[in-house]
Amino acid sequence: MMAEKKKATTKKTASKKPDTKKAAPMKQEVKKQAPAPAAKPKAAPAAEKAAAPAKAVSTTQQGDARVGVFICHCGTNIAGSMDIEAVQEASKRIPNVAFVDNYKYMCSMPGQTVIQKAVHDNKLTAVVVAACTPRLHEPTFRTATKDAGLNPFRFEMANIRDQNSWVHMHDRVGSTEKAIDAIKIAVAKAALLQDLHPKSVPVEKAAMVVGAGVAGMQAALDLAAAGIKTYLIEKDMSIGGRMSQLDKTFPTLDCSQCILTPKMVDVGRSENIELMTWSEVHEVEGYIGNFDVTIRKKARGVMTPKEAEAKGIVGGGCNGCGDCDGVCPVIKPNEFEVGMKPRKAIYINHPQVVPLIYTIDFDSCVKCGLCVTACGPEKRAIDLEMKDEFVKVKVDTVILALGYEIFPIEKKEEWGYKRYENVISSLEFERLICASGPTGGHLVRPSDGKTPMKIGFVLCAGSRDNTGTGKPYCSRFCCMYSLKHAHQVIEKIPGCIPYLFYMDIRSFGKMYEEFYYRIQDEGAKFIRGRVANIIEDPKTKNLHVMTDDTLLDRPIDMEVDMVVLAAAIQPSDDTNRTRKLFGVSCSMDGWLLEAHPKLNPCGTTTAGVFLAGVCQGPKDIPDTVASAEGAASAASIPIHMGEVELEPYFAQCIEEKCAGWGMCVNLCPYSALALVEKDGRTVMQVTEAKCKGCGTCGGFCPGGAIWMQHFTTPQICAQIDAFLLGGEQ
Amino acid sequence: MSAPGNFPIPERGPGIWQPKIQGIVCNWCSYAGADLAGGGRIQYPPDVRIVRVMCTGRIDALFVLKAFADGADGVLVSGCHFGDCHYLEGNYKAAKRMFMVKRLMKSIGLDDRRFRMTFVSASEGAKWGAVITDVVATIRELGPSPLTEFKNK
Repeated sequence: MMAEKKKATTKKTASKKPDTKKAAPMKQEVKKQAPAPAAKPKAAPAAEKAAAPAKAVSTTQQGDARVGVFICHCGTNIAGSMDIEAVQEASKRIPNVAFVDNYKYMCSMPGQTVIQKAVHDNKLTAVVVAACTPRLHEPTFRTATKDAGLNPFRFEMANIRDQNSWVHMHDRVGSTEKAIDAIKIAVAKAALLQDLHPKSVPVEKAAMVVGAGVAGMQAALDLAAAGIKTYLIEKDMSIGGRMSQLDKTFPTLDCSQCILTPKMVDVGRSENIELMTWSEVHEVEGYIGNFDVTIRKKARGVMTPKEAEAKGIVGGGCNGCGDCDGVCPVIKPNEFEVGMKPRKAIYINHPQVVPLIYTIDFDSCVKCGLCVTACGPEKRAIDLEMKDEFVKVKVDTVILALGYEIFPIEKKEEWGYKRYENVISSLEFERLICASGPTGGHLVRPSDGKTPMKIGFVLCAGSRDNTGTGKPYCSRFCCMYSLKHAHQVIEKIPGCIPYLFYMDIRSFGKMYEEFYYRIQDEGAKFIRGRVANIIEDPKTKNLHVMTDDTLLDRPIDMEVDMVVLAAAIQPSDDTNRTRKLFGVSCSMDGWLLEAHPKLNPCGTTTAGVFLAGVCQGPKDIPDTVASAEGAASAASIPIHMGEVELEPYFAQCIEEKCAGWGMCVNLCPYSALALVEKDGRTVMQVTEAKCKGCGTCGGFCPGGAIWMQHFTTPQICAQIDAFLLGGEQ
Repeated sequence: MSAPGNFPIPERGPGIWQPKIQGIVCNWCSYAGADLAGGGRIQYPPDVRIVRVMCTGRIDALFVLKAFADGADGVLVSGCHFGDCHYLEGNYKAAKRMFMVKRLMKSIGLDDRRFRMTFVSASEGAKWGAVITDVVATIRELGPSPLTEFKNK
């Protein structure tokens, strides 16, 4: 560590020396540009700030910078909205530009060859590509720049497609002028670019999966199978997630439990998976390869055999016998059964929980101690005074599989959910029709316990709703599960007729359309129309579903015994909390934002954090599992590589300018900065591995003593000057 | 505020003033939002020129003042929504500085509507279009920066 630091400082001083000569003309230029009468007192330090760090401009820049500008047509995407010839001619007049060319597709192999050839032939020191956006092709062109023999960071992109030709399609003059300015800005920065070297850091050989629904379980199993130690964090008492609440799955009609339970058992058994249920992510520090995650293990009140052993109770701990459950006097609705079945304050929410450990709901526990007595002196599993514990783990990569929750459908008041007893949600239907559910699989009306003979299914209940109350998106699996529900009632209740009120039946998957035909043949009735209103008959508690049959073009008033709302889904509040801990963005509807919707659907903008399952957007089970396997594969790459490359955008201290006040130290959100004694003065020092390169320190430092690599003050000032002061030759 | 995509293409030519607006935006939210506006072909006026930084926290108040000193008619700083910063809290720190810039502008007699900080997320392409349309309309209404006139005297 010490040796490394020493090397870094010697390198820095070495790189500065030969440049003192060069700093002179630079200074002059800046002086010329700083007249600003109004901002005079402020402008002076700005000029100084801009001039001084220029000393550090890398030695590899021999003589004046020679920048090559490569303009991409992107087919007609760019060329169709601007005058490429004019852009090319204007680019030739920009200072430091030594070469200009254009090509139809710069990102293609021949396009990249143009760049490489030009760098060789014209002895270019930096490359500017005017094309799409650095968020798409910066890596591509950095590689091309590297292949041409330059440092990959001697590349700058001018965005003339996403932020120009595509948004000024009818303003040819305006977009041409904007493109020329964008190239000027890019060239100004390119001329001042330095060689940078990404740092490789060794990684932890461990991964973390947050959320243990089917996505999280699949991801964890895949990672574990690849030999990676995986922490699986679940906020609930059991793994399994939403899928464990379902009865059957479409279109194969597999029993959900039958295919899920073996996976749950595998997760519980896997040696490489450390399962942490009843736990939440509390705090996240670090970066790809070295995340420090603090997990809050919520007080469960019950010890596992392992925990009991650690406390010296040999052969103790919960074995899931349920003796405590019998004596507990507190009765609460069971959330797993959507409140349709009671549970105790000490409980498991369904018989297949993994791990099979009881949990105390401390919000309703009265601490009577009956369970402690029932548990007995041998197991001694129950500890009513248990407190939350915080566990720190180090992981390389993280997969977020945070799932979803049901949209509170009572917000759509016209359908009477929670007002009329016989209007239920699809999840309640799943529990009622499920053999392990509160009624043992007998579908009954909540109002009188009778078997319904006419059931209305309202699709798009809250989905595809742009009124502001519901969700504008399609929840993607409601059509299919409603078809499945129709099949189930026909199968279980002879003579029962399901009526499906739909907008469109979206049966887009493999064997889905065929399943739709099958349900039609089985006798389900389909009425195409959005349900306007549901009215209860106060005597019979039957429901009148009012809609417009848009195929027959007439209003419908259908009397049914029961209504099932195929409720929309939405990201939970917990998803929002967790994503912020990992610095993951979300889209407008709250689902987590992928790095690229098509080419990187599992990645996020935070390196080392991946998405699996519905938290990225509504998905059915096959798609969820596929995305989980994708995320697991992506998350295992850095672990198998053994090291990760960090972007070299970290801050450095220009020690001769540093006053040692330490104002930057407090600003840094990553505690990467510290004050140290050096040659008898106090200066700031950056821990490069901790610095993520936001530049907040550099934006504040009143002395201009912070050199923010790749976004240096001289570079940014040069960009501003290039646009506003022109500088055509 | 006029709807994005619903603006006339201004008359251009020698001697006709066009606003020069400097935009400084963060890589993770607003730059991505601007790219999304492109993907969605949301049309807005072309008068803003963007400089990309990793975080609005990087933006020194002097960058904004430098742009005005160089002759910008307006400056736009745009970053993530509060609580959504890729670097946790850079945008809070930037916002604090930008309030200072606004106060300073007022005290030197420069209309502080020429400078704006907005919050546009990576999924708000349409909002980006609306923001730019509004910023350009505001600057057009205010006319050329008095600093440019002062410099030309």
